[in-house]
Amino acid sequence: MHRPGMLSIWFFIGLLLLAYGILILGAGIYELSNPPEHPVVLANLHAGIWWGALLTVLGLIYTLKFKPRRGN
Amino acid sequence: MLVQAITEFLGAPALFLEAAPQRLLHLSTVDIAIVVLYFVSVLSIGFYLKKYTKTGDDFFLAGREMTAWVAGLSFLAANLGSLELMGWAGNAYQYGILAAHWYWIGAIPAMVFLAVVMIPFYYISRTHSVPGYLKLRFGEPARALSAVSFGFMTVLMSGINMYSMALVLKVVLGWDINTSIWVSSLTVAIYVTLGGLLSAIFNEVLQFVLIWLGALLISIIGLIEAGGWNGMVARIHHNFPGQDFTHMWRTMGSFTDNPMGIHWAGIVFGLACFISMGYWTTDFLVVQRVISAKDLRSAKLAPLIGAAFKMAVPFIVILPGLLGLALLDSPGHHFLVPAAQAAATGGHSYDEVLPIMLARYCGPGLMGLGITALIAGFMSGMAGNVSAFATVWTYDIYRAMFRKEATDAHYVSVGRWCTILGVLVSIGTAYLVMSFASIMDYVQALFSFFIAPLFGTVLLGMLWKRATPKGGFWGLLAGTASSIGMYIWVKVDPGAVAYIALSSHAKEQAQNMFRALWCGLFCIVVTVVVSLLTEPKPEKDLVGLVYGCTPIPSEGHLAWWQKPIFWAGVILAVFVALQIIFW
Repeated sequence: MHRPGMLSIWFFIGLLLLAYGILILGAGIYELSNPPEHPVVLANLHAGIWWGALLTVLGLIYTLKFKPRRGN
Repeated sequence: MLVQAITEFLGAPALFLEAAPQRLLHLSTVDIAIVVLYFVSVLSIGFYLKKYTKTGDDFFLAGREMTAWVAGLSFLAANLGSLELMGWAGNAYQYGILAAHWYWIGAIPAMVFLAVVMIPFYYISRTHSVPGYLKLRFGEPARALSAVSFGFMTVLMSGINMYSMALVLKVVLGWDINTSIWVSSLTVAIYVTLGGLLSAIFNEVLQFVLIWLGALLISIIGLIEAGGWNGMVARIHHNFPGQDFTHMWRTMGSFTDNPMGIHWAGIVFGLACFISMGYWTTDFLVVQRVISAKDLRSAKLAPLIGAAFKMAVPFIVILPGLLGLALLDSPGHHFLVPAAQAAATGGHSYDEVLPIMLARYCGPGLMGLGITALIAGFMSGMAGNVSAFATVWTYDIYRAMFRKEATDAHYVSVGRWCTILGVLVSIGTAYLVMSFASIMDYVQALFSFFIAPLFGTVLLGMLWKRATPKGGFWGLLAGTASSIGMYIWVKVDPGAVAYIALSSHAKEQAQNMFRALWCGLFCIVVTVVVSLLTEPKPEKDLVGLVYGCTPIPSEGHLAWWQKPIFWAGVILAVFVALQIIFW
């Protein structure tokens, strides 16, 4: 939807995904250097790192593509 | 089973987790931060959108300016809501891939039918609701019957969903049940009251994305562990030799050949032709999202976009259940057990398969995302119920029966109060269900009574010029009454199943399908007979409402790939291919 001055829903989604991506990526990296006592199944895949990275990239793309621009 | 049979269409598979022995998951600090950030985000969106919600069209129909993508994702998210993820993952663990019928044949044909056949009439008539369409086509009595039943049952369903959600959070995370009910419902109340449907739709799109990103990882890692699809199937066969959990149609020839106790005729004629058609084309909870689209083409594309994603939902809902059968179980032994057995032994019930798989693969951070996906699902369904309730009660009950002439601002104000009232009644229902759990079965069954007959009434109204106001009203009433009558008949005399579901072996799932089929047909027959005996409306009054009297805008100027009919064909082709692949 396009109303003058209104932020796009995709911008909100981008921001949230970016924040989530950074948090999950950070937790994954921390786990890499401090392995937990009881790791999850297939912990060797380091899902937190690549899923966090994916969310960060998606979040960045959506945030930049739908960020409010001057004149809008 | 009755509850589970009905509630896919209401977005609330039943969960019975009271007896779980201890909480399944523990959240770390980063997980809690992710959940808190989610609540802050949805509330912020509500506050932000308040300034854009001034008129009745803004509040009740999101300004009728949604793009096809936003309307389509919101259309699906409103249904994905509530306990969909956990309930149907549990069903898949129990019955195997048969549960996918509710996502494919039980949804896709109806969504395509909505897009191609019905949307033009909803959209061109400029109605604000499904009961509003009935008013234009059949008059006030049909609207009143439909509006009162829809408004009443929607808010009760919302309460049941709320209670079920609080129960899940208690079992899965150990959260206090009262806190869960109040925090989640007040959050929804705040953002819907502030921004109306606009805010509900914005948040539903956000919730849709989170549901996918939170749940997808379980299936991906699960397939890696199982050795791909073939490895998973081999493990299931190894665990349960002689049983078929991975084919959709092969075991449907007889009621006794499959664990659901269901026959293909019930699935095709009951589920696909009446229950699913009734839900996806006439339940205002989902239709409201589509008629908020910015133009007719967007409104037609929205259900098709929803259908494309709906076909993929089994990947995040059904597959984790199948992976549970392959990876959690050992030969001849189910790790998860029926709810009653779990209650007696302190084990885990079928419905806990998704959080168990979540805990199996997801460490800190990912766990928070998975839990956020579950909460987002609960809240999108609740917001859908509440926003639809506010619209129907304001326009179809308050304005129609109590105050016909008032300013637009007055109706927006009433809509806001209705939202708060709806949430409060939902909370009351949640506590009522907490005291009398059996209410769940009856209330959800009550809701199902209205779905199939309403489809018959709306369909004839749109496609048959000769259908009269009296025919529409009496057909709807007769169809509803016959459904209630059949339900009571089976309760009083269980032997009646042999007549209603055509077999004494039919389980409740099958009974539900056949009851929908008979009451839908009865509604159509009564509508036709009464219409032929009564005076029809003049054709000039049917313009914009009925096929043959309504000029449908041409799409000839569009390229082939821009036409909704092309995408409808693509979706139906993929749907047929899926049936063949998993036959």
